[in-house]
Amino acid sequence: MSTEVIEKVEVKKETEALFSKKRKSLVSNPMDSDNPITIQVLGICSALAVTIALQGTLIMAFAVMFVVMMANVVISALRNTIPNRIRIIVQLVVVATLVATVDQTLRAFAYEQSKALSVFVGLIITNCIVMGRLEAFAMGNKPWDSLLDGFGNSLGYAWIIIAIAFVRELLGAGKLFGFQVLDKAWYTANGFFATPAAACIILGVIIWILRARSGYVED
Amino acid sequence: MKFLRDIVDKFKPTFSEGGKLSFLHSTFDALETFLFVPNHTTHSGGHIRDGIDLKRTMFIVVIALLPALMFGMWNLGYQFHRATGMEVSLFENFWYGMIQTLPIIIVSYGVGLGIEMAFAQFKGHPVNEGFLVTGLLIPMVMPADVPLWMVGLATAFAVVIGKEVFGGTGMNLLNPALTARMFLYIGYTPEMSGDKCWVPIADGVATMDGYSGATTLGNVGVASSNGTPWSDSLLSWGTSISDSIMGTIPGSIAETSVIAILLGAVILIVTGVGSWKIMLSTIIGALFMGGVLNLAGGNAWYDMPAWYHLVIGGFMFGTVFMTTDPVSAAQTERGKWIYGFFIGLLTVLIRVYNPGYPEGIMMAILLMNVFAPLIDYRVIQSNIKKRLNRVKA
Repeated sequence: MSTEVIEKVEVKKETEALFSKKRKSLVSNPMDSDNPITIQVLGICSALAVTIALQGTLIMAFAVMFVVMMANVVISALRNTIPNRIRIIVQLVVVATLVATVDQTLRAFAYEQSKALSVFVGLIITNCIVMGRLEAFAMGNKPWDSLLDGFGNSLGYAWIIIAIAFVRELLGAGKLFGFQVLDKAWYTANGFFATPAAACIILGVIIWILRARSGYVED
Repeated sequence: MKFLRDIVDKFKPTFSEGGKLSFLHSTFDALETFLFVPNHTTHSGGHIRDGIDLKRTMFIVVIALLPALMFGMWNLGYQFHRATGMEVSLFENFWYGMIQTLPIIIVSYGVGLGIEMAFAQFKGHPVNEGFLVTGLLIPMVMPADVPLWMVGLATAFAVVIGKEVFGGTGMNLLNPALTARMFLYIGYTPEMSGDKCWVPIADGVATMDGYSGATTLGNVGVASSNGTPWSDSLLSWGTSISDSIMGTIPGSIAETSVIAILLGAVILIVTGVGSWKIMLSTIIGALFMGGVLNLAGGNAWYDMPAWYHLVIGGFMFGTVFMTTDPVSAAQTERGKWIYGFFIGLLTVLIRVYNPGYPEGIMMAILLMNVFAPLIDYRVIQSNIKKRLNRVKA
């Protein structure tokens, strides 16, 4: 599922439209039918760990988006010069640089949030989605396609973790973005949704709904 | 009987294939088989059919649960009247407890059966009887003061997430009743633990001097963190060991009385519905771990004699009715010993080492539920290996 390589058509056609149908599908497929979390089940660890409140989750989503897109572009630009035998280490160096940039930026400009997210920003290095896209897509495609692919996949990741965080913050604390939306007078906060175990179950339910709708069955 | 049969037969065509309400046929089936012995026959081969089907198995468990439930209802009234200093008759105690307990049972059955029927309709399965026992177990392990909407929520969670997503009755990985309790315990900890939730006493009602409402598990926990000896903690309000065995102590509705629960255990063992191997090995596991801790010594938890673990808290209830759940327990005979032993061992371990979670048996059973398939797999593999070696030799 995650090892597809878009066959290039540049031999026949000189220029492909900037947003051709195929390129649009690079963005739209990972949102639903090839979602990195619900279909490929990658990046679960951070989906469970950072989704307790919407604000932190949103920052995490942007951080992952930045890293995946930039790493895809850089590796795609370098793809013909990277010796195959050391490609993983080259990818890691690129990803680690980007993650360190994000981490330091957050510490400089959003210290509180950076503290709340603790190690999980640094752990984007190990997020399987990042390496997965580099290996499966960026190593075999041009930079613009890779950028779109990175954008699509990180957006697919983002909407799932934001959905989980929405449910968890709403039910676990009665809040959204830190504001009390469910009145404490009649709503008893459910501590279960504050635990990562709840994220696992909400994720399961999201996968259940999506697969029931699409009819996707695991081989 | 004839009268009922006539009514059922009259409506049968409406619900059968081609009838007007045929989409409701699984609900109708459920009602019919509830009233009459199912007349299903095997279509091929020479099968021997036993008279005992799922419905009857479940019914035996319900009968086994009744002594504990009845005692629990009485005990609730007894605790309330004792706390408020009133002397009332046996029946009045029972009546008080029944009024408190019945709404919880009704909510549990209503929500659970509603969801089960909806799923069965939707998938075109027959309605299963699995919820008959679960629906009674859920109220029995609740504190009496639990809000009814929590019971409904927990039941819905247990049936949908604990059971239906895995494929319904017989496919669940975890014990549904304990899943419901665990959901509330983690989600609404203040309502599910402490010393206020076990006996419902309205605000402003005066209680007797010395009344605390704390469970034995709570008392020993406090003693161990204060550094006082364990024996002191059992002298406080109504938590002596003989009270624990009788069951006249605060606790979840039906978990308190060791005697009433053992009565249920006898019914389960005699009819062969519950596995005595699991019950026995759970007790052995708890005694083993308790004994090891006794030797180590230290605080109140370590020093408490190992066998006290068997009579305080929900240990007996869990051992007799929860570990023996035929679906979530280990299936192989040797696996049952291992499964039970580790439940007992973990129960004591959690009680002693984790002051945050006094009721260890709930977590120990759920944890071992997850490991049960692995245990079975290892037992079967080792048996295959042994027999292969025998062939080779």
